[in-house]
Amino acid sequence: MTASFRGEDYLEVGGLTVDFDGFKAVDGVDLTLLQGRLHFLIGPNGAGKTTLVDALTGLVNGTGRASFRGHDLLGMKAHEIVRLGIGRTFQTATVFDQLSVVQNLDIAAGLHRKAWTRMRARRRVPEVVEEALETIGLAALAERPAGILAHGQKQWLEVGMLLVQDAKVMFLDETVAGMSSEEREQTGALLQRIVADRTIVVIEHDMEFMRSYADIVTVMHGGTVLAEGSVAEIQADPQVQEVYLGTATEVSVDA
Amino acid sequence: MTTTVADVNDAPSRPARTAAAFSPAALLRSHGSLLLIAALAVMLLVWAPNSLSVFRLGNLGKYCSWALAAVGIGLAWGRGGMLVLGQGVFFGLGGYAMAMHMKLEAAGPGRVPDFMELYGDSTMPLWWEPFRSGPFTLFAIVALPALVSFVMGYAVLKRGVKGAYFAILTQAMAVAFATLLVATIKQTGGFNGLNTFTTFFGQNLYDPAVQKNLYLITAGMLIVCLVVVWQFNRSRYGELLVATRDAEERVRFLGYDPANIKLVAFMTAAVMASIGGAMFAPLVGIISPSDVNATASIMMIAGVALGGRASLLGPAVGAIAVGFGQSALSERFPTNWVYFQGGLFVVVILLLPGGIASVGAKVRDLRPRRRPAALTVTEAEVVA
Ligand SMILES: Nc1ncnc2c1ncn2[C@@H]1O[C@H](COP(=O)(O)OP(=O)(O)O)[C@@H](O)[C@H]1O
Ligand SMILES: [Mg+2]
Repeated sequence: MTASFRGEDYLEVGGLTVDFDGFKAVDGVDLTLLQGRLHFLIGPNGAGKTTLVDALTGLVNGTGRASFRGHDLLGMKAHEIVRLGIGRTFQTATVFDQLSVVQNLDIAAGLHRKAWTRMRARRRVPEVVEEALETIGLAALAERPAGILAHGQKQWLEVGMLLVQDAKVMFLDETVAGMSSEEREQTGALLQRIVADRTIVVIEHDMEFMRSYADIVTVMHGGTVLAEGSVAEIQADPQVQEVYLGTATEVSVDA
Repeated sequence: MTTTVADVNDAPSRPARTAAAFSPAALLRSHGSLLLIAALAVMLLVWAPNSLSVFRLGNLGKYCSWALAAVGIGLAWGRGGMLVLGQGVFFGLGGYAMAMHMKLEAAGPGRVPDFMELYGDSTMPLWWEPFRSGPFTLFAIVALPALVSFVMGYAVLKRGVKGAYFAILTQAMAVAFATLLVATIKQTGGFNGLNTFTTFFGQNLYDPAVQKNLYLITAGMLIVCLVVVWQFNRSRYGELLVATRDAEERVRFLGYDPANIKLVAFMTAAVMASIGGAMFAPLVGIISPSDVNATASIMMIAGVALGGRASLLGPAVGAIAVGFGQSALSERFPTNWVYFQGGLFVVVILLLPGGIASVGAKVRDLRPRRRPAALTVTEAEVVA
């Protein structure tokens, strides 16, 4: 770590490029993700947001630099990156439908367990799991199979799974897409509750949601970073307005 | 895409969150499968020895040795999703290790096995020597398959080989193994294999009491392995294994290396097959390439498919049933049995992919369902 590291995590991305057979889905992205901030990553469809997260979490190969706690993420396997404390959700919820909410959380909490202890059956619910249940507001549904959860609840469960695996960096890919406005508010409040000691990157389309909760916004377009700043700065940026064309009015409308 | 984990042993049941979890009902749910194992144990260890002739008992012992391999296949294939088509190799490692020891016992101290005098120049390869020792042989029966399956599993699983490619690789391994055995007549007895044993750890193999004990050891090992798999299935590891089978990439993003999870199941299955082979040799009096080749490996799988690969008792019961069927039908229709078997395999895979163990659920499915769709018992969910 550099000398400027003061007990605060940050993820530093430099010149990150993802090349799909000549097509650069991500093209020389520089990004610094700091602890304690809700960092929004926005941009039109195909801007490269998901691919950027894929590269940082070991799903696709990228070139450039991406360092966290002195490790270069680009050379690491997906599960090693998770063990380092970097977690993600997917655009479509991927909870284990037939397992109960508690079992989903328990399986996610298991990565820090010693391998041989996994040979035992679960006797009681671990404390971290109980805490996460409260935090994500699913305590009442703890014993229900995850498959019966509503879309929004599944996304919260995914966030809970990141909590129990103690992810210090969370990439949430379109978590609130398809949620009701009430669910969005609850999600925003949830993220604000847990962001203090971690870095949360929210990929989002919804401008309203962004305006309400973003501490900092990065706008991507065509694989590159178009602009970065506060919500107000982003909304005032003519380039951003241009990219959003149809939605330009929406972006510039004051909250 | 929402992933499903179909059959963690107690899937719809709950972990012990509250005191209610210690109620008899909850206990039955979590330990009920033990009762089924106990019932099988009574049948195999109490009823059978008191009711069957020593000859029939020997046959049942042979089926139990196949069932040992089948229990491991149930774990690797049913729970882990690895279609292991070459378990004959591990069956053979145990079988040949035990057979070598018995050949050396029969030859006597300092002497070499009879077939080496017949086919060779009466010199014994150096690697035979340690098998004079009983304890070493027992150690090898566990360590050899563990080592081989580790090396092979590591190489294959770490590369992410799965599905049909994995199945073909394991099958190829069985072909290569049998070919090697046939080609090394001076060292392994070649096509004829190893036979004409006289004693088993000093016990006269022609003594009916010893034959009965051989059966009891085999059936006992089968029960032990079933309890081991029961514990696997109910453990956190068991949940992970099923999760890996159903959504390998998702598990990776929980911070686990799926290859390691599968490797444990693959190695366990290999050791169980080896123990089965080690009991097969003294029970049947011979172990030869035809007992461990690709065809034999597929026969081991057939019983598992028939019984229900993801259920606890299905693989063992299926293997014993296929063994019985083979004896009964092959006596009457020696040339056609293999077609019966192939046909059975196809029918089960097509019509009843969950095996016999899923019949109950199928019947239940035909009745109007009251439960929400998300809870529908899937083919693999039925756990004996
Ligand atoms: N595996 C892939 N192979 C080739 N092109 C891809 C692949 N994944 C994504 N892309 C392309 O990369 C671009 C960025 O995609 P993506 O990162 O999913 O955008 P966003 O998440 O911002 O909507 C798109 O043009 C998409 O078609
Ligand atoms: Mg996307």
